[in-house]
Amino acid sequence: MAVLTEEQNLLRDAAKSFATERAPTTALRALRDGEGWKTGYSPLLYKDMVEMGWAGVIIPEAYGGSEFGLFGLGLVLEELGRTLAASPLHSTALAAASALILAGDEGQKSKWLPKIASGEITATLAVDEAAHHDPAQVALKATAQGDGFVLHGKKRFIPDAASADLIVVLVRTAGRVGDETGLTLVLVEKGAAGLKPTPLHAIDTRGFADLEFDGVTVNGDAVLGVPGEAFAVLMQVLDRARVGLAAEMLGAASQAFDITLDYLKTRTQFGQLIGSFQALQHRAAKMFTALELTRSCVEAALTALDQGAADASQLATLAKAKANETAHLISSEMVQMHGGIGMTDAHDAGLYMKRARVTEALYGGTRYLRDRYARLGGY
Amino acid sequence: MADFGGDIDTFRTETRAWLEANCPASMRTPMTADETPWGGRRFQWKNPDAKLWLERMAERGWTAPTWPQAYGGGGLSAQQARVLEQELNRIKARPALFSFGVWMLGPVLLEYATEEQKREHLPKIVRGEIRWCQGYSEPGAGSDLAALQTRCEDQGDHYVINGQKVWTSYADQADWIFCLVRTDTTRKHEGISFILFDMTTAGVEARPIKLISGESPFCETFFTNVKVPKSQLVGKLNGGWEIAKRLLQFERQNISAGGFGGAAGLEVEEAALAHVGAMEGKIADPDLRARIAAHKMDAKAFALTVRRVEAEAKAGKGLGPAASIVKYAAATLNQDKQELMLEAMGLDGLGWAGDGFDPRAIRETRAWLRSKGNSIEGGTSEINLNVVAKRVLGLLDHQ
Repeated sequence: MAVLTEEQNLLRDAAKSFATERAPTTALRALRDGEGWKTGYSPLLYKDMVEMGWAGVIIPEAYGGSEFGLFGLGLVLEELGRTLAASPLHSTALAAASALILAGDEGQKSKWLPKIASGEITATLAVDEAAHHDPAQVALKATAQGDGFVLHGKKRFIPDAASADLIVVLVRTAGRVGDETGLTLVLVEKGAAGLKPTPLHAIDTRGFADLEFDGVTVNGDAVLGVPGEAFAVLMQVLDRARVGLAAEMLGAASQAFDITLDYLKTRTQFGQLIGSFQALQHRAAKMFTALELTRSCVEAALTALDQGAADASQLATLAKAKANETAHLISSEMVQMHGGIGMTDAHDAGLYMKRARVTEALYGGTRYLRDRYARLGGY
Repeated sequence: MADFGGDIDTFRTETRAWLEANCPASMRTPMTADETPWGGRRFQWKNPDAKLWLERMAERGWTAPTWPQAYGGGGLSAQQARVLEQELNRIKARPALFSFGVWMLGPVLLEYATEEQKREHLPKIVRGEIRWCQGYSEPGAGSDLAALQTRCEDQGDHYVINGQKVWTSYADQADWIFCLVRTDTTRKHEGISFILFDMTTAGVEARPIKLISGESPFCETFFTNVKVPKSQLVGKLNGGWEIAKRLLQFERQNISAGGFGGAAGLEVEEAALAHVGAMEGKIADPDLRARIAAHKMDAKAFALTVRRVEAEAKAGKGLGPAASIVKYAAATLNQDKQELMLEAMGLDGLGWAGDGFDPRAIRETRAWLRSKGNSIEGGTSEINLNVVAKRVLGLLDHQ
């Protein structure tokens, strides 16, 4: 763990207490066992998170935020990740907020950012349309109309999209599928004519939805930045979204490891603690090594993004890729090392593994991230 | 010696100016294996600039920047040492000295040696006058190091040592040895002592061992009735195991910080582009390209971890047992790299010698063979995983 400032320590400690007291895994189970998958979180819980100030951590003070930086938000997401706390914090206060901060004009920022910081609205970023993340493959067609566009097409598996009041949508205003040019970010509000969200019942119970755009109109004031030139800024937004998610995954993997290590120290077989078996000790030591490596990447990426460092994109790609590998490894080993109990619904191992697989796929699976890292490295 | 007081910016400015004036131009080019500056009584300096560079750095104590000035060190704070390192990196300066004395022995002498021993040995280490080797492993004591049998007997006014060490790095070129010996045969860990002696003492013989890479960096070292003054014992009689373990932490930490480097300094993606070919600027084999990218990310994650752990460790305290994960990761990483390198070079990477192969490719092939030792030397990967499991994670021994 990096050496934290006093304020960062306070923020992390507050998030840790909140997660363990207000959003333990039993809260996720309660959500799952009801109709929770339709929204994917408890609005009351999110309201309390907003009151902690977390919705405004990266939002400039001029727009009602605390401008505390991405590193601070990463600390919160990591602690919430430990207990699999379900909330639209990442989609709203990180992904969508970053799009507005980085691509929005003064009018768009003053209209929406204060509402995000105050919790008046939730928001999300809608990029993907197919089974695998790849922004250049966007096809959703936007045809010019007046000073805006008319949208026709679909988005797939968008976080918290069924309940989001505001959706930042990546659309194609020119060029062909696969082109990095011709992409544009537009704002679509909940309930817009022609917008049809279909909630998805995913393995992790979080709120995802498919979106259909059947002639949704957006005016010129809802276009973020210059039409057709969104790709570069979108990469910056996605860098932030990836690192935030990596922080959540680091938290979840750390907790999954702690629970597993505790089991190795309490479960007895053959008259021995199973943690005394070298076959398990070495695997535990490898998991610990993977966690330490991942933590270094996540912390370095958060710091680089806050500082606007030249290698921030490489580090963000690295952080999500390592988080993918480590979350995958530890969540699988959590099931295996718990044996039969790990296969039961009563145990939390399954919850950690289900959330791991979802977060591994979001904003870039490992294959995509390796390709991006190689491109950035010039090979 | 200048007093660099509290102002780190002043220190940086003065350091930069001094390095500009004192680091010879040839010492700012990549180091070649045959110009590695080991120092010592018998060392042949191939490049006179390397000798000059060592003398200038040693004069300031900057070959051991954080050691006290009283023992020839630089007396720098951790922060100043970091600045010095940054400034050396900025001009791509070669290390002034490669030294087991600086990396391993010196730190434990500072903790365990008598004042007289420190004044005797540390300044010579700083100046690169004495080259040290490490007498640890024995034919019957590898991973189970504490099983060592080399006998050290009290003969009144001196000790007599009999036995054999193995895997003694560069014993044939070293001037002195720090050596683990058995001073009590009735107890295992509590019967080991830590002692220093001159390799030219009668009865010491070092024979190089030829490795699969064709190189001989290690020796078998034999001791036959070697007389050692009692003043050369470090710490308490039978108290050597604690010092031995502490030294291993410094060894693993040092391996970790530097990692295991390749021989010719080729990057694996460059080798792949050259030997596999490129398509639209990308390595033409997508499967190999993905695995290379994964490896490069592992390498970056490792470098970030070394930096983070250093930042978190209290100045001078070292890494402790956590050094074991870094040593384990460093070994795995370099072996992965060399395997990818061999795969990328294909048939061009299967040459042993001769004009039929690019000399750089041959060096990488030798480095691939050499890398197989990374997970064995300085504690096997299995032992390092044991250390992490037991001392970091708190898992118990099997009963």
